[in-house]
Parts: sequence; structure tokens; C-alpha cells
Amino acid sequence: MGLPGEESPVVMHHDDRHFIHIRHSGLYLVATTSENISPFSLLELLSRLATLLGDYCGSLGEGTISRNVALVYELLDEVLDYGYVQTTSTEMLRNFIQTEAVVSKPFSLFDLSSVGLFGAETQQSKVAPSSAASRPVLSSRSDPSQKNEVFLDVVERLSVLIASNGSLLKVDVQGEIRLKSFLPSGSEMRIGLTEEFCVGKSELRGYGPGIRVDEVSFHSSVQLDEFESHRILRLQPPQGELTVMRYQLSDDLPSPLPFRLFPSVQWDRGSGRLQVYLKLRCDLPPKSQALNIRLHLPLPRGVVSLSQELSSPEQKAELCDGALRWDLPRVQGGSQLSGLFQMEVPGLPGPPGQGQSTSAPPLGLGPASLSFELPRHTCSGLQVRFLRLAFRHCSNANPHKWVRHLSHSDAYVIRI
Amino acid sequence: MPYLGSEDVVKELKKALCNPHVQADRLRYRNVIQRVIRMSKLDQWGQAEVLNFLLRYQPRSEEELFDILNLLDSFLKSSSPSVVMGAAKLFLILAEKFPHVQTDVLMQVKGPLLAACSSESRELCFAALCHVRQILHSLPGHFSSHYKKFFCSYSEPHYIKLQKVEVLCELVNDENVQQVLEELRGYCTDVSADFAQAAIFAIGGIARTYTDQCVQILTELLELRQEHITTVVVQTFRDLVWLCPQCTEAVCQALPGCEENIQDSEGKQALIWLLGVHGERIPSAPYVLEDFVENVKAEAFPAVKMELLTALLRLFLSRPAECQDTLGRLLHYCVEEEKDMAVRDRGLFYYRLLLAGVDGVKRILCSPKSDPSLGLLEDQAERPVNSWASDFNTLVPVYGKARWATISKCQGPERRGLELPNTASFAASGPLIPEEDKERVQESSGSGVLMLVPNLQLTAECFEKAWLSLQVAHQQALPWQGAVHPDTLQMALQVVHIQTIAVSRAGAQPWKAYLSAQDDAGCLFLMELLWEPGNSAVQISVKQSEPRPEALSSFMSVLETVIGTIGDIKL
Repeated sequence: MGLPGEESPVVMHHDDRHFIHIRHSGLYLVATTSENISPFSLLELLSRLATLLGDYCGSLGEGTISRNVALVYELLDEVLDYGYVQTTSTEMLRNFIQTEAVVSKPFSLFDLSSVGLFGAETQQSKVAPSSAASRPVLSSRSDPSQKNEVFLDVVERLSVLIASNGSLLKVDVQGEIRLKSFLPSGSEMRIGLTEEFCVGKSELRGYGPGIRVDEVSFHSSVQLDEFESHRILRLQPPQGELTVMRYQLSDDLPSPLPFRLFPSVQWDRGSGRLQVYLKLRCDLPPKSQALNIRLHLPLPRGVVSLSQELSSPEQKAELCDGALRWDLPRVQGGSQLSGLFQMEVPGLPGPPGQGQSTSAPPLGLGPASLSFELPRHTCSGLQVRFLRLAFRHCSNANPHKWVRHLSHSDAYVIRI
Repeated sequence: MPYLGSEDVVKELKKALCNPHVQADRLRYRNVIQRVIRMSKLDQWGQAEVLNFLLRYQPRSEEELFDILNLLDSFLKSSSPSVVMGAAKLFLILAEKFPHVQTDVLMQVKGPLLAACSSESRELCFAALCHVRQILHSLPGHFSSHYKKFFCSYSEPHYIKLQKVEVLCELVNDENVQQVLEELRGYCTDVSADFAQAAIFAIGGIARTYTDQCVQILTELLELRQEHITTVVVQTFRDLVWLCPQCTEAVCQALPGCEENIQDSEGKQALIWLLGVHGERIPSAPYVLEDFVENVKAEAFPAVKMELLTALLRLFLSRPAECQDTLGRLLHYCVEEEKDMAVRDRGLFYYRLLLAGVDGVKRILCSPKSDPSLGLLEDQAERPVNSWASDFNTLVPVYGKARWATISKCQGPERRGLELPNTASFAASGPLIPEEDKERVQESSGSGVLMLVPNLQLTAECFEKAWLSLQVAHQQALPWQGAVHPDTLQMALQVVHIQTIAVSRAGAQPWKAYLSAQDDAGCLFLMELLWEPGNSAVQISVKQSEPRPEALSSFMSVLETVIGTIGDIKL
């Protein structure tokens, strides 16, 4: 069952065994079975193991595993017994796991590395470095200086497909509210969401169009008694990572799409010169911005050279693997950026019956895909109003609460 | 044993569920099942195990069935995909006599499946897509309104894109066909040749119902003059013309010019076949074939040459003047110079056929063809859910039927050498008897005159009454290796329609088992198996409700075969 490229099939059979795997953080996690059991259980188990290892070791990667072989072995031993899953709850496991995690470097507040998934601003306008949340949750070195913290992230993935005539073919938002808690287990917390948000197409709350999602699903430990009335979630999370709520929204975004692209192509078949002018318009509100925007445009085969004119000095464009890569580190809402790219493409086939110079795109000028991050912005409009803790022991100072909203692109495709 | 709760609860449950006396007593068994279902503190793994275990339970009455379904309803809304799928499978299997309940379940499962298809985890996405395809076999309209979720995205891995294209092909209906075809058309010009070809085949699949639009799109694709596109388009045309003769005209108009762009064997074969069969409508057909014949010496693929022979002969019958010369040269080459024997034989055959007269050739090559449209209708007929319900939520949809068949064939003979896992093997859904032995046992029971009634349900009290009232009709000792797990015994006997009333647990001393069976004439057989540890044989006593020696001897032979097979299996 070979596949093109270097992808292995998700499920393989060899020598009377089935091999099923997931890829996570550059690692392959593989499970084997000789019985015909549910693929969903296996995949869920592997994902949960990856999260668990992350909880214990801080982050998951090749280095982490090689430093913590004994811990990994012990975890696997406790989680599985004769092929049956005993428990994957961090709570129950900490009673059994003796080994300590070996972390690569001690956590330091002065460590400001690149933007990760947890840690950003809060209402108290303090900033935690992004590596703040990547320390191990379950270290038993009860360091009094280690803060009790809780990180709540509302993360949305935006998938958009725009046709070549500019019409919107598909828009899809998948959102998750993720919690990473360093607090002692059992601390009750209440998360308040936007009160006017409605579930489903027919519900109506508040005045005006409001914020709407199509479907929600919650983690089994979330208590929903106040959800109906005030959109408040109550839970007593264990230490570690937890996905509190998942929701999705299709086809009806309250805000305009963050980016629109206006391409224009000029192609001279005689001389083989291809000229692509891309105008990128950001439709976010003026105070917001988008970060780390990259536009990836596959080019026809045989592109020889590239010359470019970009509208601002901090942008960068280059040819990479047969495609154009245009990097814009930061785009302010409401602004427009453009780039003019000229290429030589000798001997290129394309739509026949056209004159020598045409504006129809040649074959292989693929769809443009954008990847970007929108900090402090949710495409659906859903926001966390508050995060309140009812802490029982006052041994430490007030626990710190970090709430972050973030959207990023999943597959933002614009056809030329 | 999966972690089902506290120590005491687990001990109790274990005792109850493994105890054959409890199993024989339906009421107690059912109560234990209810307790298991109501266990609230199970985490998602425990829930999935419970659902799996319940697959083996057969509710007696409709009331009981709906009772269980109501209790388990909340599992369908769980946030864990494995629990949702496990619950869905259980419902589908339990409700096999109630198609409307099955449809209902599939409706409820639609949401979670679609969420899984857009999940961040690609592997989960893949598994979900395979199951979506499975459902579409029975309910083609199920996902039609959500077709947008199956549009491929540029960054997705190849295996997901291929699955999505297949799904798109199958969920087409009148409302979404326009958009789906647009989307597929976009994929046909994708950089990856494999993906483009898969998209073209998908359009070919849709063309069986929406012929005109698809033929239009395929014709436009030909104009791009891309090799990998043209060859697949021509192959699609060949299949389409066979199934939907109404598009022949359009296809014939599109064909001229293709031959310049095809280099591979499959494409050439398809083109030549089309030219041969429908050559009367294509003015340039003989000349294209002539080109092929000119280059036949350099032709590397024998399959192409075979196709060329047949096609030219067919064309000769409808356009003799133009083809005669070419045909002659081709036949001369094939007979005199060709090294591949199959091609040579065919050339020789045609030559001799022609010598026998043109009428003979016409009769052979132009006989009335079968009507493939009937086969097409059957193919498209929806398969009932019950045909695949037991494969749902297993690895079968992920591999695909064809690959799974090859895998299980390899696994069969190898299984015999494996030790069975320890006693609490509830997860084992495979048969406890290896495939080959099962066949042997079934054969022997079928070949005798005796026909045993399947699904005999004799209660313990009836058995006791009957046993005490009858005399022993026959006694025999059979070789016996050692104690056997009760489950193994029960399954083996069930295969030959012998019901197990009660069995001692493995290791009991003395070990006893009570069995019953009934043949189609109404004669009841009651058996006792008695084994003392230390003996190498088991004592069998059989009682018959009516004295009939021939039935008894056939029955004994069946029993001997089964006992012999069971004895082979190690504990």
C-alpha cells in the first residue's frame, strides 16, 4: 500500500499485525494490534498519549523522549494492561508514576521565545512568555515559587475557499476552548462566554444578529447547568490540558473575511514571460492586525527567474520548490499590500485558442494559499467574558489567569 | 479486564459475566447487563469496552431492545469519537430488524462524523472519511447537503484527498452536481498527476448519471493536451460509452487528435478499442490505426497489439476499402515476425477466420452485445445497512473490502499456531475456531442426513425434566485433551446448532457439560459430557426423545467431529 511522497498509510498490515499511527510533533506514535478493533479508539488513545506525555515532560519532541525514556516506559506500563486501557487520566496516574520528568532547561521568566500556543496578554496587561505553559504540569517538586497558573485559549481554525471569480465557495470555522491548568486538581472554575451567542440556526438571543455557532460539544466533565441561561461553564479540571468546548460554524461569518486577494495575470506565450500582480487587502478592523502572513503560490513548471517589486521593505518573496513564497510579517487591519512578480517560463502549455498574450492563467499557476495568525481575534466573535476561580487553599498568592483569543488559518485558498 | 470501577464492583461483575450459569439464566444475565450499562463513573475507555462487550448480547424482546437503546442514548452524544462510534455500531447491530431505527442512528451520528472529518488530526479525518463512504453505500443522500465539507484543500495529505474525491463522487445529487463538478474540474488540473487522475475517474463515475455535463467537461480537458490527463480521459470515455451509449456521438467528436498525446499502454488500448468499435462515426479512424500499425514493430506492449488486431478487424467490417491494406500488413507482421505468442496466435486466428469468409467474421465479431445498463442499475442499488453494520467501527472500512479480504485470507491459516489470549478476552471479535476448522465442522454436519434446528432455545427447567424422564440411548468415550474454556465450547457447538445449557468452569472437578439439540423432525437430543481430571477421554451420554437409531448415529458423528476439533485448540 505505497503512497506517493513519503506518507505512510495510516493503517498497514504486515505479518499478521495491523499497524496504526499518528504523527505528532515530528514523532510517529504507532499502535499494533492483531484484532479487528475500532480505529477511532486506537487513534484517540494515541492522541491522548501524546497529550499525556506533553503534560509530564513539558513538550513533546524527539529530545524530550530520549531524555525521559524511563518515564515514558512507566507511563505506558500504567496506561495499558494486556492491551486494555486502564486509565489516561492524569489524576489517577500521578498516584502510580514515580519517575520525574527531565526538562531541557529550567523555566525562566526571561525566556522570550517565539509565539507558542499558550501564554499571552491578560486583562491585567501582563505578558507571560509563550514558553510559560510549556513546563511540565505534574512535577512533584513542589517549588513554592512556582506559580499557580491557568491558561485558557480560544483557538479558531479558519478554512476558506474562494473561487477564481471572487465568489466565496466555502467558509468553515472550527473552534476550541482549551484549558491548561497548573492549579491543584479539584479547584472549581467558572468560564463565562459571550451571553448573546446562539447555538444552531434557529436560536435567537439578545438583539441584533448576534454571535452564532452551528454546533457545540463539551468535555464530559463540564457542568452545563448555567449554560442555557447565562452561558457559563462550570468545571473542576484536573491538572494538565483539557479541551473544554468544541464548536463549529459554517457559511455565515459575522465579520468579513480577513483577507481578499486580487490577482491579475499577464502571460506572453511568445517570449515566455509571466507577470503576476497580487493585491492583498486586509479587511480586519483597523485596530487589529495579522501576523506571520505567508502566501504560497504554486507556479508552472520550469520557472526560471523571479523579479519582484514589493510595496513595503519588510516583506520578502522568493522562489521555493516550484512555488512563490511571499512573507509579510505584519499587516494592519484595513491596509492593502501589493507585489508584482515577473517570471520567465519557457515552453509552457496552457489554454489553447488564445492569442499570444493572454490574461488567462497558465496551467500550473495553482491556487494561492494563505497562512496567518490573528491574535486577539475570533472569527466567530465568541469571547470569554471572565474566568473565575473558587480556590480553596490560600497557600499561594492569587493564581494567575491567562486568557487568550487566537484565530489562525487552516486552509485559506484563493483560486486564480 | 478493563478498568470498570472499584475493586468490589469489578469482582462482582467479573463473576457474573463469566459465569455460564448466569448466562443460562436470562433474567440474571439481563440484570447484570443493565448494571453494566448504568455504571456512571466509567471513563471513555471503559464506555467503549462496555459497548463492545454488549455487541454479543441478544435481547429477547422488542421491549428489552428499546430499553437498552434508551439507556445508551447518551453515549451517542459523547465527546469522545470512539464512544460515539461504538454506540452507533451497537445500535445498528441491535436494531437490525428495524431499519427506521438504523436510519435514525445514522442521522444522529452524522454530526460527530462530520466534525471528525474536519478534525485537526489527519488520521482521525481519514478514519472518519472511510466510514462516511461506508454509510454512503446505503444512504447515498445522507451527506449531500454537506458536500462542501469534502472539498479538498491544498495542504492535505494525499490519502485524505483521494478519499474525499471518492466521497464527492458518491454524494452527488441534482442540487449539488453543478458545484461538485466545478470543484472536481479544478482538481483535474492539479499538479499531482495521481490526484488529477483520481478526479477524472470520479467525474467518470458521476457521468453515469449526469452524462452530458460530464462529457462536456471531459472533452474540455482533452484540449489541454496533457499526457496524464488525456490518457485517463480516454479510458473514462471507453468505460462510459459501454455503459451509456447515448454519449457515443459526443465522444466520437472529441476523439480526433488524442493519439498524439497518449504514450502509455492503458490509454492506447482504450483509444484503439474506441476506434475499432465506433470507427464508422470517426472519419479519421482508419488512418489513426494505420499510424499505429506503422509503428507496431516498436510497440512495446503486447496488450496494445492485441487490441489493435481486434479493432482493425472490426473496422474492416464496416469500412473495408480503407482498412484492407493496413489489416493485411498487420496480419503479416503478427504471423511472420511477432515474437509474443499470444499476439501471434490471435493474428493467425483472425487470418484463418477471414479465409473462411467475411460472413463468419461478422457473425463472430459483431454479435449482439449484452445490455450493460442492467448491471449498472444493480450496482447502484443501495445495499442494506445490515450488510456492513458488523464492519462499522472496525478496521474493515479503513482498509477497504478488497484489501481486507486478502488480509483475512492470509490470517486464517496462521491463526492456528497462535495461543489464545487469557480468559478475559472480550475484545476478541474474531472467531474462536480457526476458519479452516469451522469449514470442516460445517461440512460434516451438512453432509449427513441429519438437519439440526438452529437457534434452539431450551430452558434449563425443560432440559432437567426431559433428562430425568428419558433413558440413556447411547454412551461413548471420546479422547479429550484437557479442560476447555466454556466460551470456546459454546461457540464451537453453536456452529453446528447444538445449544449449551450449562458448562462447568474450566478446572472444575469433575468437569461436566449439558447440551441439547433438536432435529427438524422434532426429535430432541440431550447430552451430558463428563470428564474426570486424569482421564484422557470424556464420557458422553446421549438421550433421545424418540427412539430413532439412524438419527442418533448421524448425530454422534457430528458430535465426534466437534469434540475432536475443540480438543485441538489449546487453552
